[in-house]
Amino acid sequence: MDLSYSPAELAFRDEVRGFLAANLPARISDAVRAGGELDRQTMQDWHAILAARGWLAASWPKEHGGPGWSPVERHIFEEECCRAYAPRVVPFGVSMLGPVLIRFGSERQKAAYLPRILSGEDWWCQGYSEPGAGSDLASLRTRAVREGDHYVVNGQKTWTTLGQHANRIFCLVRTDPEAKPQAGISFLLVDLDTPGIEMRPIRLIEGGYEVNEVFFTDVRVPVGNLVGEENTGWTIAKFLLTHERTNIAGVGFSMQALEEVKALARKIRRGGRPLIEDPLFAARLARVEIDLEAMKITNLRMLYRAQKNGQPGPETSILKIKGTVIMQELRDLARRALGPMAAPFPGPATEGNLTFGPPDSAHNAARYFNGRKTSIYGGSNEIQRNILTKTMLEL
Amino acid sequence: MDFDLTDDRQMLSETLRRYLAESYPVPHRNAVAYEAPFHDPAQWQALADLGVIGALVPEAAGGFGGAGFDISVVFEELGRGLCPEPFLGALLAARLMLAAGEDVSELMAGTTHYALASAEIDAPYAADLIATEARAEGGGWRLTGRKSAVYGGQVAARFLVTAKAEGRLALFEVPAAAATVAGYGMIDGGGATELVLDRTPGRLMLEDASEALAAAEQAGIVALCAEAVGLMDVSHAMLLDYLRTRTQFGRPIGQFQALQHRAVDMLTEIEQARSITIAAAAALDGPDAGRMAAMAKSLIGRVARQVAEETVQMHGGIAMTWEAPVSHYAKRLVMLDAQLGDTDLHLARVMTGYAA
Ligand SMILES: Cc1cc2nc3c(=O)[nH]c(=O)nc-3n(C[C@H](O)[C@H](O)[C@H](O)COP(=O)(O)OP(=O)(O)OC[C@H]3O[C@@H](n4cnc5c(N)ncnc54)[C@H](O)[C@@H]3O)c2cc1C
Repeated sequence: MDLSYSPAELAFRDEVRGFLAANLPARISDAVRAGGELDRQTMQDWHAILAARGWLAASWPKEHGGPGWSPVERHIFEEECCRAYAPRVVPFGVSMLGPVLIRFGSERQKAAYLPRILSGEDWWCQGYSEPGAGSDLASLRTRAVREGDHYVVNGQKTWTTLGQHANRIFCLVRTDPEAKPQAGISFLLVDLDTPGIEMRPIRLIEGGYEVNEVFFTDVRVPVGNLVGEENTGWTIAKFLLTHERTNIAGVGFSMQALEEVKALARKIRRGGRPLIEDPLFAARLARVEIDLEAMKITNLRMLYRAQKNGQPGPETSILKIKGTVIMQELRDLARRALGPMAAPFPGPATEGNLTFGPPDSAHNAARYFNGRKTSIYGGSNEIQRNILTKTMLEL
Repeated sequence: MDFDLTDDRQMLSETLRRYLAESYPVPHRNAVAYEAPFHDPAQWQALADLGVIGALVPEAAGGFGGAGFDISVVFEELGRGLCPEPFLGALLAARLMLAAGEDVSELMAGTTHYALASAEIDAPYAADLIATEARAEGGGWRLTGRKSAVYGGQVAARFLVTAKAEGRLALFEVPAAAATVAGYGMIDGGGATELVLDRTPGRLMLEDASEALAAAEQAGIVALCAEAVGLMDVSHAMLLDYLRTRTQFGRPIGQFQALQHRAVDMLTEIEQARSITIAAAAALDGPDAGRMAAMAKSLIGRVARQVAEETVQMHGGIAMTWEAPVSHYAKRLVMLDAQLGDTDLHLARVMTGYAA
């Protein structure tokens, strides 16, 4: 048993650290630190910086333009990016569709789309969920009917994250309504410019705009945009879910949030002393810090196992459940620390030269409410428990 | 023993419930609660005319209520309706003005808005630690300092301001026009302000306001707890409705035992919340008022968060939207912990009692 990184891994860490120090613009890290929504350009700029170094597509093999990192190296990279307040890489093209195309795509699809993901020419979004198909994804009803060399798509997707920035969407569609639900689904690439597509914004609980509804009316999609065979979409979706689940514990982000809460609690005064000296608040903080410390190791243990076995196992659901709860607790603590100063909406109030609350109070309540999504999406924490019940408890 | 409301209170509760349901539905509430002036002046007046403020004031002062259960009946309904009208400020002000022997008829009529300006950035909950100072000057008083989280401050014509005067916690009245008022909306709806005082003239209302302020806050806590009970009842009902109607995997999600038990846990906690609120309302203005208010606010702070988070979680994505009323109930439930002392502050107060 040895919990430390190898000399090679340490050298890699230093390389990443050096790269970030030299290449992450303060303008971008400041925007991340401020905690609000990032605009499209900021995300694009960061992608371009990573792409120039060959580090954008962390999970891709070398021959497709990835760095060919091991799971542990990927973890180190994520960890360092969080420490430096780099933006989270938008996952839909790089972490979701890329690996799908590499595994299931035709040569033509790989050649057409992979470079455009790396260059930032394409921004993909994920069209899985529907109003009637959330946890029960296999019940999806968006229809694709073959007509000559096109599929004609009708239906509705929803919860499409950052669809407003995207030019393409990958969809699960029903191609065989007679088959068993899982057996009649196909994976389709759709250009959002195609006539018949309408995107409408959904405003979230905290007032932000990051998800959309997408309506399809007689949308003609070339059959060449089918990934894999017709009616094998479910297999692809399941493969993609395991990719979506790497780094699911979000340890780096929680470490960031922990430091922020500590800084806040040192600055805020409550009962005539810094809040961090309040034993009740400190106890809440300590409890989360202990959970996080354990989670770091749980995460590494599972990474290690994934590296040894060549793929993540069902126990990644543990990372999803506990990782999201830790992050949500930290967001709760930030909001709690600020008390009434967390309330201003949207963001801190300014009038003339007056600002309400400490300058870094902005967005804390909003982040707490927005963060409730993490235990709902990507397979809700209830669904993760069902998976664990089946796969690990064998009940 | 009698846990029934008196006929009068029962009537007040039903009238208010019906009125809010018909005249102040959630979409209208959302249209007014997040933009200046963060409430609906016409509804404020209509509710005042209905006697909502009068119910918070004792008969001797011209009202028709003022007891713990009058307050809890009113605020439970305001909670059910998710009403953003600044009645909490009116309640706190009425209590303080009555302690100072002042006339509250304009306040009760709804024609003059009052707001309590006591919290400060470094003393959001405990008035004994405020930094605002009052100095005697030329026969009057001048106040210097900065107040935060003044609920309903945008519409207030008069502020009741706490300040240290010759070492004591005193209460002053400051007209809005005399101070700098910076308003903002809140994430759970409604508005608040900062109040900046710079040698601002104030009229002394109470030389030693500590006791009156504590008593007013206890009444305010009963109000907030009752509001939370109303919010939780509606949230839970909306959740049960959703559990019955939303189907996944070919059945209503309410058939999954993993969700059933949690909905039952919420029911248990809501009943506990109702009980502690009743206890605090009964104890108000008596010798145990402080301890019971602290217990109630501590319990409510914990349970309101649980109910809000579980309601959202068990709805799934739909509760993450602005469109779904349940999200606004959740925000209010979470954020009211930060008014008049959060769950930890009140837990500490209960613990202080153990030392004796
Ligand atoms: C902010 C946000 C962003 C999203 N982004 C995307 C995106 O980009 N692309 C995309 O395709 N989707 C996206 N989603 C959708 C997300 O994946 C779904 O919300 C999720 O799958 C849950 O589905 P649902 O919301 O329909 O809830 P439902 O499935 O209706 O679930 C409601 C509740 O029932 C529980 N439940 C359901 N089945 C069971 C069961 N068998 N046992 C116990 N409990 C159960 C759930 O856990 C939940 O608590 C996003 C969602 C959100 C909130």
